[in-house]
Amino acid sequence: MTMSDTNLNTSTSLIMGKLSWAAIPLHEPILIGTFAGVALGGILFLALMFKFQLWGTLWRNWITSIDHKRIGIMYMVLGIIMLLRGFADAIMMRAQQAMAFGDNPGFLPPHHFDQVFTAHGTIMIFFVAMPLVTGLMNYVVPLQIGARDVAFPFLNNFSFWMTTFGAMLTMASLFIGEFAKTGWLAFPPLSGIMASPDVGVDYYIWSLQVAGVGTTLSGVNLIATIVKMRAPGMDLMKMPVFTWTSLCTNALIVATFPILTVTLAMLSLDRMVGTNFFTNDLGGNPMLYVNLIWIWGHPEVYILVLPVFGVFSEIVSTFSSKRLFGYTSMVYATVVITILSYLVWLHHFFTMGSGASVNSFFGITTMIISIPTGAKIFNWLFTMYKGRIRFEVPMLWTIGFMLTFVIGGMTGVMLAVPPADFVLHNSLFLIAHFHNVIIGGVVFGLFAGINFWFPKAFGYKLDAFWGKVSFWCWLVGFWVAFTPLYVMGFMGVTRRMNHFDDPSLQKWFIIAAIGALIIAAGIGAFLVQLYVSFMNREKLRDVTGDPWGGRTLEWATSSPPPDYNFAFTPVVHDSDSWADMKENNYQRPKSGFVAIHMPKNTEMGFIIAAISFVVGFALIWHMWLLAGLSFVAMMVAIIVHTFNYKRDYYIPAEEVVRTEEAHTRLLERHV
Amino acid sequence: MSEITANGAMSAEPSARYWTRDHHPENSTLLGFWLYLMSDCLLFAGLFAAYAVLGRNYAGGPTGAELFELGTIALNTAFLLFSSITYGFAMIAAQRRNVNAVIGWLVVTGLFGGAFLFLEIEEFMHLIHLGAGPQRSAFLTSFFALVGTHGLHVTFGTIWLITLIFQVKKHGLTVENRRRLMCLSMFWHFLDVIWIGVFTFVYLMGVLP
Repeated sequence: MTMSDTNLNTSTSLIMGKLSWAAIPLHEPILIGTFAGVALGGILFLALMFKFQLWGTLWRNWITSIDHKRIGIMYMVLGIIMLLRGFADAIMMRAQQAMAFGDNPGFLPPHHFDQVFTAHGTIMIFFVAMPLVTGLMNYVVPLQIGARDVAFPFLNNFSFWMTTFGAMLTMASLFIGEFAKTGWLAFPPLSGIMASPDVGVDYYIWSLQVAGVGTTLSGVNLIATIVKMRAPGMDLMKMPVFTWTSLCTNALIVATFPILTVTLAMLSLDRMVGTNFFTNDLGGNPMLYVNLIWIWGHPEVYILVLPVFGVFSEIVSTFSSKRLFGYTSMVYATVVITILSYLVWLHHFFTMGSGASVNSFFGITTMIISIPTGAKIFNWLFTMYKGRIRFEVPMLWTIGFMLTFVIGGMTGVMLAVPPADFVLHNSLFLIAHFHNVIIGGVVFGLFAGINFWFPKAFGYKLDAFWGKVSFWCWLVGFWVAFTPLYVMGFMGVTRRMNHFDDPSLQKWFIIAAIGALIIAAGIGAFLVQLYVSFMNREKLRDVTGDPWGGRTLEWATSSPPPDYNFAFTPVVHDSDSWADMKENNYQRPKSGFVAIHMPKNTEMGFIIAAISFVVGFALIWHMWLLAGLSFVAMMVAIIVHTFNYKRDYYIPAEEVVRTEEAHTRLLERHV
Repeated sequence: MSEITANGAMSAEPSARYWTRDHHPENSTLLGFWLYLMSDCLLFAGLFAAYAVLGRNYAGGPTGAELFELGTIALNTAFLLFSSITYGFAMIAAQRRNVNAVIGWLVVTGLFGGAFLFLEIEEFMHLIHLGAGPQRSAFLTSFFALVGTHGLHVTFGTIWLITLIFQVKKHGLTVENRRRLMCLSMFWHFLDVIWIGVFTFVYLMGVLP
């Protein structure tokens, strides 16, 4: 090699890092097919955007919007799109495990299968469940507390775009390089540089770092919103239960995501700089990582499930036409779960061998969590008792949840017994358990919430028939898919295998695959439901703003609500404040409107988050020059943003009058 | 409190269901910033925990007792603590609406912060020169991570401080700028508190045999 060649090489590596054409997976037919599909879809999307000239409105009304309602909807869209990706991974795993027996290696080689299960877990938790939960909270909480927006509207937009660009980094790993092969929590030493020298773990780390910043800031934002911006009269024990559970969830977010951030930062230092946090030599300690990541990881599952407990509480009382039974105990149960969730992390690795006393402590704290959770279940049941129950779609999801979740909770208590855990650890029983609580709890709750609040967000209800099809497919599909996993877990079958030798297991995996197909039909029915409802939107129109006989403030305004939510700030006298207003012959104000102070849209959240995507990508591929430049660009963008002092405007009184009168006319026409 | 328009809108009566005047919720920035600081505190808690677990894993390499020079560290601590006092003077000047005094004290604070960073980088260079870099042992890994993260925070705080000097110069002590001064003040004192933890836990306890 000549001198100039060497120079050329070092200069390309400064600019291109480890990235080369070899990183494009041209030899993987599945990925090429996916890429072709994504490219075609992308071209179609671009063509439609140009045809209908939607770029302006997309930029002005959505991308740069700081309206909590639009940001909430964008979170939901992100979550649903990523659900399709995460579910495609699930179907591939079920298909692989249903066929890979004996001589048949299946269609996924180990290095691909390992990426698929890692991506499935990572995507479903961080980019499906989190955005959907955050989206619901973003949309509903300010309306429920009678506020105009969240406390920090710009930060809200920025948080959303950080989450989205984090998701985009994960998606980029499909076509440029590869994703981690380590499982969704990337335990060292497997995720260390010795065992995983490729970029997969780096994609994992930087996707989560970028998205994690967004999640932490959105947690700060919603706590400040709930603490400081409630309508006059709404003291803490008059807050709707969904707002309460959101408050607890966001407290957990702020209390745990920094731990995730710092843990992943340590892992990336080990990988990039050669430090020894989690290495096997020079004094490092891999179990330190496992402890730290679960100190985040266990509260994380409560971050997901607490808000949907709130969703179910709202739905049960609304569709039973009754006040929620045991409001106070519901609030205390939520707070107790919040605190306990921080004291149980070690039950994820009883087999580490911490000794009987430590394991007993964490086993007992884990079992104690079932007490407040059980209290909640009884509260919902007593709310339904002697209620006038309407079996609308949200209520079906709620009942399906109660039946399913209780079983998931009980298998959880089984796993909390350390001696039983030594048998069941890392088995399919565990997989069945956490899907039982995450699908049966979080996913059912999200679908219940989507069906419940969709008319508020878009002004028309979702089609009930397709909603019921979707519900029954999910419910049946869940049990068909995961009961075999419980059974095989008892037989000692372990997780994350891409091939089995014992042919007697195959029938169970085939049943599980059929279950996954039924769930696929449920997702399909949900998409059909969206389409059918959109086509029939005139028939399904909600003119009252209160299609279900709701009980909390979000139903007091029009559907969809005006930009400013409420022309006049409501005054609250009861935890079910809208029910209270209706009982006391509340009359909508029709005159005396004044100009409303609102925050102004800005593109800086999008720009800063987009630059952080570049920073992340450059760090993954060790493109040090680009990483440095883009980091400086990000700092400059942030500083430039702080020089903008004009961040608000007034909606003139005439416009408020126009909007409110339009709503009045609509109401009068449909008395 | 007694303007009346539509039905049920009399804001003084207990039956009122809405306010007819504009409702301004309390400003939430300071609470939000507190929450952010607490999240940052947990980030440091993670690093302290790592140091607690790994801090005596020398892997045959140098120990804290051999490496730390308490004299330099004491000087450095003094720089940082004095910078908190001078920031306090800047806040007093801001209360008196004295722009020039605010900027003056901010400059002094920034100089103390710069001196702190200078000494810290010197110390790091010295350790790396001795062959006691972050890769040498888990003890040094967790030491560099904890102290370095604090140093990074001081660096960003200093950049923020310089930005704020320009903004105060340009717009004066407006409501926004006084709010920003208050946030940076909390950030700066918070870094002091963290440093006291680092000084005690890492340096003082580190030189014990």
